[in-house]
Amino acid sequence: MNIVVCVKYVPDATADRQFESDNTVDRVGVDGLLSELDEYAVEQALQIKEKRSDEDISITALCVGPEKAVDAVRKALQMGADKGVHVSDDAIAGSDYAATSLVLAKAVQKIDAEEKVDLVMCGMASTDGSGSVVPAMLAERLDYPQVTFGSKIETQGDQVRIQRDGDVATEIIGGSMPLVLSVTDQTGEARYPSFKGIMAAKKKPMETWSLGDIGVDAGEVGLSVAWTTVQEATARPPRQAGEVHTDEDGSGAGALADFLASKKFI
Amino acid sequence: MSEVLVLVDHVDGAVSKPTLELLALAGRLGEPSAVFIGPSGQGAEAATKLGEYGAAKVYVVDDAEVKGYLVAPKAEVLAQLVEKTSPAAVLLVSSYEGKEIGGRLAIKTGSGLITDAVDIADDGTTTQAVFAGNYSVQAKVTRGTPIVTVKPNSTAPEASGAAGTVEEFSATISDSAKKAQIVASQPRKASGRPELTEAAIVVSGGRGTGGDFAPVEGLADALGAAVGASRAAVDSGWMPHSFQVGQTGKTVSPQLYLANGISGAIQHRAGMQTSKTIVAVNKDEEAPIFELVDFGVVGDLHAVLPALTEKVKERKG
Repeated sequence: MNIVVCVKYVPDATADRQFESDNTVDRVGVDGLLSELDEYAVEQALQIKEKRSDEDISITALCVGPEKAVDAVRKALQMGADKGVHVSDDAIAGSDYAATSLVLAKAVQKIDAEEKVDLVMCGMASTDGSGSVVPAMLAERLDYPQVTFGSKIETQGDQVRIQRDGDVATEIIGGSMPLVLSVTDQTGEARYPSFKGIMAAKKKPMETWSLGDIGVDAGEVGLSVAWTTVQEATARPPRQAGEVHTDEDGSGAGALADFLASKKFI
Repeated sequence: MSEVLVLVDHVDGAVSKPTLELLALAGRLGEPSAVFIGPSGQGAEAATKLGEYGAAKVYVVDDAEVKGYLVAPKAEVLAQLVEKTSPAAVLLVSSYEGKEIGGRLAIKTGSGLITDAVDIADDGTTTQAVFAGNYSVQAKVTRGTPIVTVKPNSTAPEASGAAGTVEEFSATISDSAKKAQIVASQPRKASGRPELTEAAIVVSGGRGTGGDFAPVEGLADALGAAVGASRAAVDSGWMPHSFQVGQTGKTVSPQLYLANGISGAIQHRAGMQTSKTIVAVNKDEEAPIFELVDFGVVGDLHAVLPALTEKVKERKG
């Protein structure tokens, strides 16, 4: 079985994230890392491989992003993925959902041409854009079924079943491979790379592809042809810390009630 | 005036409040047309309400070939309606499903997609809160039919008394859209409290509850509020994931948010930072949540909340 896990390199959410002057996310000036939510996808891919240990299963970590984004692929390899593919091209900078899904789809097709792909796995969202739409767009472009937002994952043969916790119902969704599978952070904690894993990752195959390698014209992607445009990105004024009352003598509830009353909540 | 398509979010014909909010926003961009996918009988009934809140037209699409499958058939229905009506925009609720339908529709129609908008101006410019609510972004679709998913609570529904004329629409669903099947569905039990994303007041609990949510729930009920939980409380198995407020749970923006025993990590802040008024109760005076609050109490929530609940009940008489 051939599994491709899409991994995104994102600015660290605990750092001071910002925008460039062209209103794109600053992906160079802020420390980046593998999106935490994609770690769950890597973890679930590894668990499928471990559960089906009698099969020959290969996991490829696929990343689209600037030069430094190779760190995200490296982390996935350290966790246990077998190969890395990094699609990097200056023309990709500023790409929106549509262009990102195009580049990912073409890269998956190139991998598929070499060895048939069975599963394309993704996290539930990126921690920077938080769109949650690329997996569905990827499924649309690849004409694969989408089995998305899985909080519990089961595979048997070429069948995949997930639990999807929607707003009004919990559903069981099923489909046949090849398909796009996205997983939530409810699937269980992702493993930390072991020392052995970190050493082994250095010897794992890693390829860097340009747009030309995957048959995408530079004019189809990037900021200038994006289907949406950001006109303005403004930092919100930080919230002013208000009054903090220390509840030494049981006066906390009364003080809080007075505050709520002053704001007409009670 | 061009039509603006609004995909109706409903449970057995009962139209959700966020759908009515979408109709109000759609009215700024053109003439709202609701798209109801479900049994025809329910559609006629829903149309009355949709009309009342601004839908001039209600396309009723029978769901016999839609309901057993995930997302893809609904995107096909909308793509065919976009083809038929050349709308000024398509609006959907920012849920898992709404976003994914929007994503597939964007690719099908070669259109730009904006997710998680909290406002749309008359000229189609959207506002989004990004980076855990630290930035506000103004954006616009520049290609195709603007497709926008909008967060609940972004505007108030407006009773405007439009016609709500029902028009049956029959869509063709491809075999390829029927490849991801809904094998089983278990409706979520109603809690009797307001919906988390729609509530005016949210009372949340975190690690500091130690697993005892009774004080949090008691205060929520006295205030008529929804109950929320931090990721730590959900990961500990104290509350179901549907209660989680934060980056991987719900984003809420109520008039009043009360965080109890929640430290205020970035994951949580991402889900509540745009609340109008923020109050916190926490034993740890160093907790980062206190940087955000309008009013904070350093103290034990197990003492403060029950006492506060009594005071709320007294004042409400």
